[in-house]
Amino acid sequence: MGHPSSSGASSQLDHAEGTEGALLEGIREGDERVFAELMQEWSSVMLRLALVHVESRAVAEEVVQEAWLTVLRDIGRFERRSSLRTWVLGIVVNLARSRARVERRTVPLPADVAGAAVEPARFRPPDSRRWAGHWALGPVPWPLPEDALLASETRRVIVDAIAALPALQREVLVLRDLEGVGAAETCNVLGLSDTNQRVLLHRARTRVRNALEWYFDATEPT
Amino acid sequence: MSETHPPEMLCRELVEVVTDYLEHRLSPRDRARFEAHLAECEYCETYLEQMRQTIRALGRLPEESLSVDARDGLLTAFRDWTRR
Repeated sequence: MGHPSSSGASSQLDHAEGTEGALLEGIREGDERVFAELMQEWSSVMLRLALVHVESRAVAEEVVQEAWLTVLRDIGRFERRSSLRTWVLGIVVNLARSRARVERRTVPLPADVAGAAVEPARFRPPDSRRWAGHWALGPVPWPLPEDALLASETRRVIVDAIAALPALQREVLVLRDLEGVGAAETCNVLGLSDTNQRVLLHRARTRVRNALEWYFDATEPT
Repeated sequence: MSETHPPEMLCRELVEVVTDYLEHRLSPRDRARFEAHLAECEYCETYLEQMRQTIRALGRLPEESLSVDARDGLLTAFRDWTRR
């Protein structure tokens, strides 16, 4: 991407235990290559977290820039109680959330963990004489090879479904499924319990799946 | 074998624990109930496969990246910071 050091070297900047200290030292000692690599490697997850709370891309970039400036300001005091990435992502989340509060765009939502994720009406009621609790309107396979899910029209369905999620669900989905961050680190970045993290992930994934099902109109009476 | 069989898992329950299943957080007993149900129910098998398809699609969305201006601005800020 127009940056000479961005090709090839990024795999060396893994988050393995051993390299973590080296990254931290690199930044503290002013190694521009280390800083540029981290900025590149983490820019996707940082922008996606910011975009949970701010609509405009330009503002999201400002949030990411502000986060890096905060990192530089505070890195001397960083005590490594978490990994460097966890700490940096936590800073982005906090800045983006407070930016959203200022713009009054999103009220920090309660976790939205109550009730069933799938419409109860999709199932036969508990007093059915036969097959209570089984599908009333069952899912049928989607009429596309899987690669086609990322074709532009269905990708739009997925992207819109993500955008419509409550903020906390979207934060969890971004970290876990879009960026492949593990459950434990996701809990640490967002300050969630393991159980809450899983419930939020479940609800977010369910909504995206449902949006695709609705788009494909892929159900049948059982 | 005098052990009582655990109650059958219903479709309605399965869709609510599908993430726990994929995250390997079901108890061995519930995992067995889940898999026993799956072996019998084509709809739930489809449902599970669609969850997996959804997760794979989410992981393959194009990444975001910072604009050149933002990156240049940050590199400048970093150089200033190292001279502090």
